[in-house]
Amino acid sequence: MAATAPADVPAIAKKWKDKRGSLIMALHDLQGRYGYVPRDAALELGKLMGVPLARIYEVTTFYNFFKLEAPGKHIISVCMGTACYLKGAPELVARLSEKLGIKAGETTPDKQFHLQQVRCIGCCGLAPVVTVNEKVLAKVKPAEIVDQVYACAKGA
Amino acid sequence: MTLYGFSQPTHWNGQELPRIISRLFDVPDGHRLEVARRHGAYATIGPALFDRAPYEIIHEVAESGLRGRGGAGFPTGVKWGFVPRAPGKPVYLVINADEGEPGTFKDRLCLTRDPHLLIEGMICTGYALGVRTAYIYVRGEMLPQICILNQALREAYDAGLLGERIAGSRYSLDIFVHRGAGAYICGEETGLINSLEGFKGQPRLKPPFPAVSGAFGAPTVVNNVETIMAVPYIVQHGAKAYRRWGTEKSPGSKLFSVSGDIARPGVYEVPLGMPFMEFFALAGGLVGELLGCIPGGSSAPVLTAEETRRATMDYESLSSLKSMLGSGAVTPFNTTRDPVLILQTLTRFYAHESCGQCTPCREGTGYVDRVLDALIDGHGGDGDVDLLKSLADQYEPMTTICAFGPGAAWPVQSFVSKFRPYFEAYIAKNPQRQRTRDLAGVRPGAFW
Repeated sequence: MAATAPADVPAIAKKWKDKRGSLIMALHDLQGRYGYVPRDAALELGKLMGVPLARIYEVTTFYNFFKLEAPGKHIISVCMGTACYLKGAPELVARLSEKLGIKAGETTPDKQFHLQQVRCIGCCGLAPVVTVNEKVLAKVKPAEIVDQVYACAKGA
Repeated sequence: MTLYGFSQPTHWNGQELPRIISRLFDVPDGHRLEVARRHGAYATIGPALFDRAPYEIIHEVAESGLRGRGGAGFPTGVKWGFVPRAPGKPVYLVINADEGEPGTFKDRLCLTRDPHLLIEGMICTGYALGVRTAYIYVRGEMLPQICILNQALREAYDAGLLGERIAGSRYSLDIFVHRGAGAYICGEETGLINSLEGFKGQPRLKPPFPAVSGAFGAPTVVNNVETIMAVPYIVQHGAKAYRRWGTEKSPGSKLFSVSGDIARPGVYEVPLGMPFMEFFALAGGLVGELLGCIPGGSSAPVLTAEETRRATMDYESLSSLKSMLGSGAVTPFNTTRDPVLILQTLTRFYAHESCGQCTPCREGTGYVDRVLDALIDGHGGDGDVDLLKSLADQYEPMTTICAFGPGAAWPVQSFVSKFRPYFEAYIAKNPQRQRTRDLAGVRPGAFW
């Protein structure tokens, strides 16, 4: 995701400043713009919303969703929920790791792919499930996973 | 947006199946106001609701015996009764749509297929409790559902079903959607309230209960999506009609999400009290030979095959088997599966999701996870099965602020006691199993 002008931050702060308990919603907006929560943008947001940076970090590090570093271009999430695990998710991770040369939780050096294991994403009826960015791959077979991921990345 | 088909027969074994929550689940475009209205949505929003006093609505829901569908099964009418009369502060209604328990995927379907039933239920509930502002707290990952919900809210506002003076009555209600950010603990009602206020979602000590002092220090009722979606039916048809389904202590119907070794995984609405084996047949039958079943979401103590065969899907039957109905997530597994590895996915989940507030849970969940990892990697010792159990015993009920600790302990305790030989088999493979484990070598703590 391309970095945008810091001009976005005042607009986000203005949108949420007067709504009670809206820090998380403001951070969602921020991450929506940058793909992660950059430190300087968080600092700026805090100043404008009257929230100390420490509290912003408390929130961003508590919640799984917020990232403090720029992720890869394509985010591959392999569900490790009970049903997906039963139906072979570990093998999917192994195949992807081997192909991409990275472990789960890492990004490829060219910043194209980020591979992560996630907890149940609530599609247990479709197990095993992998998501590539926003696209959901259902009932994935180990032999096909690598091709499917590349096809998604190409289509994106 | 079709992630799951919803296809259940109208009748099963000669009996009609209830369609209280799932009425519009298989109607194309049922999430659009126009279509929903053609199928009877918002029938209660008018004299059926506003000509009755709020306390009559609370009474009707209490009479229906409706119990919370999020997991705890607390009687909804009783919860509503805790809200003080004339508190001198606003009363908030918060809908818990932070569904994140492994195996549970019913609320997602509710939001996708029939958001208007949720809104209708919120109007009924809001009227009964004197609520002016309500929130829907949706799990952050459910972006498509948030879009559907926002669209439904816009439609309802445009039709005069929300906002000032709903449908010409004197009652006004505003609904806001709040997006979570990926923390299982925010499904706990006080954690959810903290998150709603913009803080990290660590649970609060109760009392004070949210009904007395919740969001922003004001009385707050937190209810699950499915619970609220049952309310319009009760308002429209009465408690007696609702009690046609289910058992004496578990009246009504419930959505069950079934996954694992089952032929047709998905969501089904069935009357409470149905035998598990009959339910499996309804869902296309089990695949392979049943070894065990997680009956109510990942926290629910596992059942052996024998227990599953005599269990029925209601609160009493499962609590008599020392398990629970929970959120209605049913995961049967067959004899080709390894219970030790199933438990490992659960201990990993709980170690990751522990919020870190209470020592027994923060340290214990990580400790258990690492002992189990060592055991699976071939480094198990003779005392390890008992060690796992004794560690889990440290975060049982009454040891932590919220129910997460107990919910993390129950799968460990139940798996190691009911499937002990599988654990012993791993240990037997280690030639050095008699060596005493160097406990200092196993790092405690959930964070690594």
